[in-house]
Amino acid sequence: MSDSMLFLIVLTPFIGAGLIVVTGNRPNLRETVSVATGLLLLAEVASLVPDVLAGETPGLLLAIPVPGVPLALQVEPLGLLFALIASSLWIVTTIYAIGYMRGHHEIHQTRFYAFFAIAIGATMGIALAQNLFTLFLFYELLTISTYPLVTHAGTPEARRGGRVYLGVLMGTSIGFLLLAVIWTWQLTGTTGFKAGGILAGQASPLVIGILYGLFAFGIGKAALMPFHRWLPAAMVAPTPVSALLHAVAVVKAGVFAILKVTVYIFGIDLVGGSTASTALLWVAALTIIGASLVALYQDNLKRRLAYSTISQLSYVVLGAVLANAASISGAAVHIATHAVGKITLFFCAGAILVATHKTRVSELDGLGRQMPLTMGAFLIASLSIAGLPPTGGLWGKWYLALGALEAGYGILVGVLMLSTLLNIAYLLPIPLRAFFGQSPKTAVQFSEAPLPCLVAIGITTAACVTLFFFPGPVYQLASMLIP
Amino acid sequence: MISAQLPALQVVVPLLAAPLCLILHRPFAAWLLTFVVSGISLLVSIALLGQILEQGVIDYTFGGWAAPFGIAYHIDFANAYVLLIVTAISTVVSIFAKRSVASEIEAHSQGLFYTAWLLCLTGLLGITITGDAFNLFVFLEISSLSSYVLIAMGNDRKALTAAYQYLIMGTIGATFILIGIGLLYMLTGTLNMLDMAQRLIAVADSRTARTGFAFLTVGLGLKIALFPLHLWLPNAYAYAPSAVSAFLAATATKVAVYVLLRFMFSVFGIDFALGAMPLSTMLVVLGSVAVLSASTVAIFQHNLKRMLAYSSIAQIGYLVLGVSLATPAGLTATLLHLFNHALMKGALFLALGCIAWRLGSVRLGDLGGLGYRMPWTMGVFVIGGLSLIGLPLTAGFISKWYLVLAAVERGWWPVVLVIIAGSLLAMIYVWRVIETAYLGKTKEAVSGTEAPLSMLVPAWLLAIANLYFGMHTELSAGIASQAAMVLFGGQP
Repeated sequence: MSDSMLFLIVLTPFIGAGLIVVTGNRPNLRETVSVATGLLLLAEVASLVPDVLAGETPGLLLAIPVPGVPLALQVEPLGLLFALIASSLWIVTTIYAIGYMRGHHEIHQTRFYAFFAIAIGATMGIALAQNLFTLFLFYELLTISTYPLVTHAGTPEARRGGRVYLGVLMGTSIGFLLLAVIWTWQLTGTTGFKAGGILAGQASPLVIGILYGLFAFGIGKAALMPFHRWLPAAMVAPTPVSALLHAVAVVKAGVFAILKVTVYIFGIDLVGGSTASTALLWVAALTIIGASLVALYQDNLKRRLAYSTISQLSYVVLGAVLANAASISGAAVHIATHAVGKITLFFCAGAILVATHKTRVSELDGLGRQMPLTMGAFLIASLSIAGLPPTGGLWGKWYLALGALEAGYGILVGVLMLSTLLNIAYLLPIPLRAFFGQSPKTAVQFSEAPLPCLVAIGITTAACVTLFFFPGPVYQLASMLIP
Repeated sequence: MISAQLPALQVVVPLLAAPLCLILHRPFAAWLLTFVVSGISLLVSIALLGQILEQGVIDYTFGGWAAPFGIAYHIDFANAYVLLIVTAISTVVSIFAKRSVASEIEAHSQGLFYTAWLLCLTGLLGITITGDAFNLFVFLEISSLSSYVLIAMGNDRKALTAAYQYLIMGTIGATFILIGIGLLYMLTGTLNMLDMAQRLIAVADSRTARTGFAFLTVGLGLKIALFPLHLWLPNAYAYAPSAVSAFLAATATKVAVYVLLRFMFSVFGIDFALGAMPLSTMLVVLGSVAVLSASTVAIFQHNLKRMLAYSSIAQIGYLVLGVSLATPAGLTATLLHLFNHALMKGALFLALGCIAWRLGSVRLGDLGGLGYRMPWTMGVFVIGGLSLIGLPLTAGFISKWYLVLAAVERGWWPVVLVIIAGSLLAMIYVWRVIETAYLGKTKEAVSGTEAPLSMLVPAWLLAIANLYFGMHTELSAGIASQAAMVLFGGQP
């Protein structure tokens, strides 16, 4: 039963995309289909929870394109967690998009919803991939299906952004990731994810080190510096797409893939002790601090958030590379908490754009009186990104710090603390200026974003706070990764 | 028993149909004949492949004359596989040709066009099926001469220069091949390739054998368009009628590669070809340069047919790289790519043919917004392009997987890098087109949108084949590895 459910989960968004195209002429019906598909998908993913909690890992073989390299699906705790995040946030994002796309009078809305659904289908494929080949396939599909979303506006600026987006993501994936996948297959004769890893004892430490580097940089969606440029470039996209990129699917697919490769291909024992991992630790630490510093100087709100994402992603990479039980669960929890926090921030940025057509931080003075709900949500989400109570962002950082201490890297705790300070420095001034700054206009009246946008913002903000008080379910799945 | 005569029918049917086509003369009748004959050839080649799967090899003596005196056909996995590629592509493209040719070639020369097409098909099939070196040369000339005619029929005046250029280069190539075969005949006293292989063993270490080998390789290098002997190809493909570009790009160079493999592996033997002679080193260098330079040049082309032509030169680089590895895995990758590349280039050239039919131009600058005006055509282009880049779920990915794996197994890391760099360059030149078609500005309001169904269906057939063979490789990779085994096993 749950075996065929896996296939259904991947298939549902694609069917949804087809229905969206068919109903394209009737916007209300089209968007109903979109939300309904999301709800159905979430229900399907949720139906797997009991099995996984019981320690089962249902799998399904779809096809064998090359002998020994099957196209296969299998669910395990990390994949389930990712699928749950993505499918639930998809619903929220769709609700938000209804308000945003209509409020902003965007063109080609049917195309937008259709490719959005395809991107979610690809994300489900990544989450449920049983082996590296399947992962790679859906990883590329995700890149391709998000390209029309990123270049949605069709302007020369969007074309340029699209070029960087595609160039970096496909360049790294074909240049490094594919090579790493083929090399792994050549070394081990399999590409399957297996608890404890498949590479142990199969290659010299040098080869293992090179391979790990190829994976870490080849998964460009994790935006490890210096392959981070695509994220700011993709900011030309409509805001719901930015939410998709930053919270629901794309970057999360990147860090998810790194975690998955670390745990199920290399195994934490192999990663923990190697020289390559030490080097990568510093790359991740530099990315955390460097991107935060850049974010400080961005006046464009969405660009500032983009650099914030780059920084936050490296938390997960850090957790993966530290490779102990605490750091891995911390990384997994961080995927969830960052997702809800960052999606809220982007929703707010989009709401501001729709309501006031403002895109710069310096223009937001006094906006808090006009859009108190949005800016209040922005404040809470900022706290979550910084990892402060009462928000869920705290827990990811907490376990990451524990993991760093356990691995004997006290200095990394310092990096995390410094990053928290930087987060506060570049995020908190925004709501503070909005609430306490002087508005250039004299008469300010209450005019919020469209209702669907506000509903979506409300849901994700509530999730930020809820995760602080009830991190249990997320942590339970995350802690199952390393028995 | 007709099944025993299949090897003869494979060549004789199109050969006899050619003059009939000339007599029929009327465009529709000539087209119908070409299509039917291509279809029959396809059925014959499928039946042959079926026989091979049952009994391994087929030896057929023409007119019952035994091998050293008469002409013998020798069919094994390697050439049955190539026959299938050629006939399948000819059938699919001939469906497409009807409307495309009607728009590009004047009615009174269409009969001639289809005659040349059938002769070219005859030549390509004859080269592939024959086991006789001189017979091979004759068929090579038939296919070459008819392809000069086909190219010259392009509606741009430059087609004449392109055909002339190809004529000169092709003739030089054919002369080299003839000299090579002549030297081998002098040395061994036989033209039958099986006999030749056996007698060459004793005299392999002679200057004549080495010279003959060198002449053959260079001559075939010209026919393959191996860098730096590729200069005839871009113009020939760019100015030929759309259907001809698709047909030749998917078949002609493939057959030439097959001949090279046949001589290298079956006649001279792998120890001589890749051991005693420094061919492996030469091929790896030329193949790498071909991949990198031709892909780079393709990025800067404005005429998309030229762009695909340069891309073809790069793909030939891949084929050659696979051979240079001198392992069964490398040879399998080459043979597999032979098949997959025919599918992707066929699909891409057919998509361009649809565009040419609608716009009368295949220049990049005229393609703005075409993704919305011709969604089905551009859909084919996107699938073919992704396959060319080598993304998973497409046939191109399977090729790349086998090729990279073969290079990794051999430990040739620079080759791995070349293959990957070629893939990235392909991404750039493919994406230029996709970006323009979907994000570029439409130039003027043109009424009428899609190409006719008779052009779209064959294009989509090939596009779907790209996807199908990206998922199911029993046929493509399975037969390719069998064929590689046959070639590697030494004697055909």
